[in-house]
Amino acid sequence: MSPAGRPLSPHLQVYRWQLTSVMSILHRATGIALSVGTILLVWWLVAAAVGPKSYARVQAFLGSWIGIILLFGWSLALFYHLCNGLRHLWWDTGRGFELRHVYAGGWAVVAGTIALTAIAWGVGLSQWSS
Amino acid sequence: MLTPRMRSPLGRAIGLGSAKEGVDHWWAQRLTAIALVPLALWFVVGVIRLAGADLPVFAAWIGHPLPATLLILLIVATSYHGALGLQVVIEDYVGNDALRFTLLIINKLASIVLAVLGIFAIVKISFTG
Repeated sequence: MSPAGRPLSPHLQVYRWQLTSVMSILHRATGIALSVGTILLVWWLVAAAVGPKSYARVQAFLGSWIGIILLFGWSLALFYHLCNGLRHLWWDTGRGFELRHVYAGGWAVVAGTIALTAIAWGVGLSQWSS
Repeated sequence: MLTPRMRSPLGRAIGLGSAKEGVDHWWAQRLTAIALVPLALWFVVGVIRLAGADLPVFAAWIGHPLPATLLILLIVATSYHGALGLQVVIEDYVGNDALRFTLLIINKLASIVLAVLGIFAIVKISFTG
């Protein structure tokens, strides 16, 4: 509370959840997750550089349940951040700010994320089992 | 003088103009973002094709100049883009001055260390198999 008792601006929790704000928050959250995921990528590369034993250990981890969940989360975060990043780049050109277009683009990003993740895992799993 | 009314009185008195680098962070974030669109898609396809592959297959892939170069570019663009993004997150949410300063430095150094580690690993696999 400010000492002078001046009114404070309303905080996050008083606002109703809506697609636009959720997507904005998710863009940051997936960005942070992908930054952490980069550690996994570098670990994979370093293990491959060290030798077959350490590479096999990484492969075993990535093939385990925890590894697959991490990879799935990583792919979902990547495709979301990618699609929504394109939406941001479009906004950067000064276009697409009408409310109708903001929502249409938002739903397109949701659909694109689900479709790309489904395709990647569909192809990946069929490749893996063959 | 350009739009004198947009300047503060102090800025007008000193008359130095802009530092000409105010948009560097924003611009670098966009450039790396654009570079990462094809690089990330290429990487995902590569990873899917390598799913379950053992080391010789993986090393043979990285051994080619084009995948090795694209992987290094991916590492550079990712760590740069990630460092810029995390910097903004830290600046936005960490109120304590000392902690924010520390985290900002850790963010920069860690992203450089990760990038160098990744690049060195790629180069080593490329040259030694």
